[in-house]
Amino acid sequence: MQLSMKWLADYTDVSDITIKEYCDRMTMSGSKVEGFEEIGTDISGVVCGKILEISRHPNAERLVVCKVDVGIDAPIQVITAATNVFEGAVVPVARDGAHLPGDVKIKKGKLRGEVSEGMFCSIAELGLSLNDMPGAIEDGILILNHVGLDDIPLGADMVEALGLRDTVVEFEITSNRPDCLSVLGLARESAVTFGKELNLSTPKHDYASADGDDISNYLNVKITDTEHCYRYSSRVVKNVKIAPSPLWLRMKLRSSGVRPINNIVDITNYVMLEYGQPMHAFDYRCLDGASINVRKAEDGEKFVSLDSIPHDLDSTMLVIADSKKAVALAGVMGGENSEITDSTTTVVFESATFHPGNVRVTAKKLGMRTESSARFEKGLDCENTMPALDRACELIELLGAGEVVGGTIDVYPTKKEKATLPLNADVINNFLGVNLTLEYMAETLRKLDFEVSEDMTSVTVPFFRDDVRCMNDLAEEIIRMYGYNEIQSTLSNSASPTVGARTERQSFDVRLHDMLVGMGFNEIETFSFISPSYYDKIRLAADDSRRKCVVISNPLGEDTSVMRTTALPSMLKILADNYSVKNRDMLLFENAKVYLPTTANELPEEPARLTLGFISADDKVGFYRMKGYVEAILAIAGISDASFKSCKTEPTFHPGRCAEIYAGDVCLGVFGEAHPETADNYGIGCKVYIAELAVDAIYAARRAEIRYTAIPKHPAIERDFSFVCDETVEAGSVAAVIKAANKLVANVELFDIYRGPQLGEGKKSMSYAVMLRGEDKTLTDTEADEAAAAILSALETELGVKLR
Amino acid sequence: MRETLEKIKAEALEALSAPSANIEDLRIKYLGKKGELTAVLRGMGKLSAEERPVIGQLANDIRAEIEAKIEAMTAERHAREIEEKLEAERLDVTIPGYKIAQGHFHPLTLVQRQLEEIFLGMGYSIVEGPEVELDYYNFQALNIPKDHPARDTQDTFYITENILLRSQTSPVQARTMEKQKPPIKVLSPGRVYRSDAVDATHSPLFHQVEGLVVDKGITMGDLKGTLEMFAKTMFGEETKIRFRPHHFPFTEPSAEVDVSCFVCGGKGCRLCKGEGWIEILGAGMVHPNVLRMCGIDPEVYSGFAFGMGVERIAMLKYRIDDMRHLYENDVRFLNQF
Repeated sequence: MQLSMKWLADYTDVSDITIKEYCDRMTMSGSKVEGFEEIGTDISGVVCGKILEISRHPNAERLVVCKVDVGIDAPIQVITAATNVFEGAVVPVARDGAHLPGDVKIKKGKLRGEVSEGMFCSIAELGLSLNDMPGAIEDGILILNHVGLDDIPLGADMVEALGLRDTVVEFEITSNRPDCLSVLGLARESAVTFGKELNLSTPKHDYASADGDDISNYLNVKITDTEHCYRYSSRVVKNVKIAPSPLWLRMKLRSSGVRPINNIVDITNYVMLEYGQPMHAFDYRCLDGASINVRKAEDGEKFVSLDSIPHDLDSTMLVIADSKKAVALAGVMGGENSEITDSTTTVVFESATFHPGNVRVTAKKLGMRTESSARFEKGLDCENTMPALDRACELIELLGAGEVVGGTIDVYPTKKEKATLPLNADVINNFLGVNLTLEYMAETLRKLDFEVSEDMTSVTVPFFRDDVRCMNDLAEEIIRMYGYNEIQSTLSNSASPTVGARTERQSFDVRLHDMLVGMGFNEIETFSFISPSYYDKIRLAADDSRRKCVVISNPLGEDTSVMRTTALPSMLKILADNYSVKNRDMLLFENAKVYLPTTANELPEEPARLTLGFISADDKVGFYRMKGYVEAILAIAGISDASFKSCKTEPTFHPGRCAEIYAGDVCLGVFGEAHPETADNYGIGCKVYIAELAVDAIYAARRAEIRYTAIPKHPAIERDFSFVCDETVEAGSVAAVIKAANKLVANVELFDIYRGPQLGEGKKSMSYAVMLRGEDKTLTDTEADEAAAAILSALETELGVKLR
Repeated sequence: MRETLEKIKAEALEALSAPSANIEDLRIKYLGKKGELTAVLRGMGKLSAEERPVIGQLANDIRAEIEAKIEAMTAERHAREIEEKLEAERLDVTIPGYKIAQGHFHPLTLVQRQLEEIFLGMGYSIVEGPEVELDYYNFQALNIPKDHPARDTQDTFYITENILLRSQTSPVQARTMEKQKPPIKVLSPGRVYRSDAVDATHSPLFHQVEGLVVDKGITMGDLKGTLEMFAKTMFGEETKIRFRPHHFPFTEPSAEVDVSCFVCGGKGCRLCKGEGWIEILGAGMVHPNVLRMCGIDPEVYSGFAFGMGVERIAMLKYRIDDMRHLYENDVRFLNQF
């Protein structure tokens, strides 16, 4: 909302307050100021002058020499190339030393040898448009005789004379205060904030035509949809003379950011800005059946709005119609078919209130949010339609724009009641944490136009404050005027004590992340939504269940249109982005959610996934490095019995270099080398290692309680075994056989794998260090030998492996 | 004999003082069984009874002196040897150290954790909720019915008519109040979604941290005190806060909360755009409709809520000039935290 400080001055006098202080204090009392602009300050030294004599320039064919009376003893000489000047023309003259918009400075000088002591100004040179100054021309000097302003005294400052100077304050009005989308509303707030008088005047409201003419001779109004139209008030103006509005009115509209059009349209806009009640004016000639019906549109009904844009309406939209057609989109915009034109002679004024939600939805559907709809969608006061209508008629008379026909049509099916709330100083003080007197509270509310009962126990809310409905609202009214920052800070002294602690699960995540960062991982943050095409990039089959995802119905773009069911594409994308800018040394993790659809109309599951990723030029160690990280994570969780199973079925991964992690039957995740095609799809030219772990499953499988086991008292005996076996024999199964072979086996560790020509094709040698320990005694060599024999025999019978 | 002894002493001390002296050889030469001093002492028998103790005393003194010199020289030699050895082992300390992998938390995590720690210390627990949320919890339970104009300010991603991506972490508050009876003192951090295209100051996904306190006798003064304590812990002891009246559908009264600029201290600088204040939080007293909808009697209980954007704080704190850096995850960016 742009507030003209000149307009504000009509209602309250804050001239003793600097603009900076005005803005600051209005913000602190609840009307947030975005900023202010002082307009017209870029023009100075321009005065009113009358051209007394025009003669040809002796040295230039296109220039003329003018003698101009600028209200001083002797005329000044101005050289101009303008062709629309004439002797007797009253014009704005920028004299020597004048400033014009765009940082233009005017200096006395010579033009082809002749002295010029100034310059005549066009409207553009004064920062005006044709709408601001109807009757002027764009490509010539502003001839004040042509715009009805030749009565300005010669020598008068044009900025003053035209009223170009104003200060405009930009307010950000919150959605609960549509009453402040008006000069009157802001004047009330200003008056209370600064302790000033509010000077309201009630416009005349009883109109009777001398000739006995009455609105009933003209119009019949019906509200068919009373659910969406609460009140429709109307008056008729006859003998209308369409003309430009007077300068003062145009300048107020201009300061408010509204383009002047003609007197009738300007009056509706003026009243909307001043009273906060959007109005509309119809050309009476265009209303078929001399009637107005507020009804729902037909599905597919055609309507062309004032801005000449055609719309297809639907049956949710409310229209103002005559007996044949829609003539306005209720609360949004009028129709071209009933627009005020230069030939309009009879006008119907509409001042109505509509269902806020309906206006909002209609405006949104048709993409035409207007000054009017922006007000209606916040919910306007039904009681404001008549004062606004009265004000419009007052302006008609003031401007001499027409003759108000006697009588009013006011269809108001359910009259609004004022709300009454209890006022209790203790309750409000205890709620705010302040200590204000009941008298102070009552006085503040009264200033804001609330009625307070004599005994100060109840408050009646003014019609325009529909937002005030409970104690909290009254408390806010009081405290915003007292000062939010006057409240003393306290620390919930009366509240019950609570323990601030992370849950076990939250602590687990913190510990996990700390460990990962300690191991050298960088944490990343990626979007939860991805493109469905990312599933192709990670090579998921067409029928892969992970392709079934939560789909956003109004996404910003295809790239962010579905909620991810796996976090691997996000990880791969970040690896690829880094790779493409030649970052090589990276070790990344993210612990974030994936979104797994359940049944329709139910919320999806949102399990957490820990993804790990790095790229490596070294083919040999990448997989086992990733496995090492995975094992470290399992160790942190205290999971000692996890098993790793080769996995050929995850399409994202290299089928020979991928493993699933199991705790019992529960899969904790998958990791390995990305399939070369996956890496290709992401444009990564080296090996990529990734893991996706189900954090919730790891957490569930964790060792929740730590129990100490005694440190062994007896020394262990270590025996090494080296044997040759087929390539297909997995190290994990060898270790498992050794472990199970004898109860003295305390630990098994693989320390070497060797392949060489002497072993033969498809063979490898593996070396294990086996630690043997007796639980309650030091082992003898014989006992160790027996255990070793048991191990060898088990290996041979179960795996066919022989000592090297 | 006295002269002989003095001569031996002088010779011995001089020989031992030479830098290249072989100390062991000299010890044997002068003090050994066949050494020069021993030889002199053997000739003591020829002395008179009066001279013998005097010369004996002198010889012992000289032996002690030479022994002391030997000991001193040995110690000095040893010290010199160690010094030389250490000197020879000198390393170029300016050569870079072994590379130890050092990971980094994402800046958003750093800020979020700091926020969590502050409020954990003040007795809050941390609650979480779904990101794909029901319209009911995201809006209706928060006093924002369908068609409410406040919905316009938060352009929301919808899944179905009733399911959406939460546009704020406030639905967690509603869920918490439904489940838990007062006293409630919770912090709900997490991802939220609004359909803003990505640019330097917008992202369709960002993080909020919201707090909620509900109990008997909670006042707006408590809200102020809490946020003041938070601001001082987060931004420094000198930090001041300022409440500006505002409107949120789920709180009443509502405020936007500024902190005094932590760069200039309020004098006005580039970071605070000359204002001296930086807007950080939205806050207010929980609206009685919200309490009622969650089954809490507003006649008995009151509460406050506050919320802030993690990205905004991270960007201010680390002077990050473009929000996109936070989601591009370039390791050269991540390595700075």
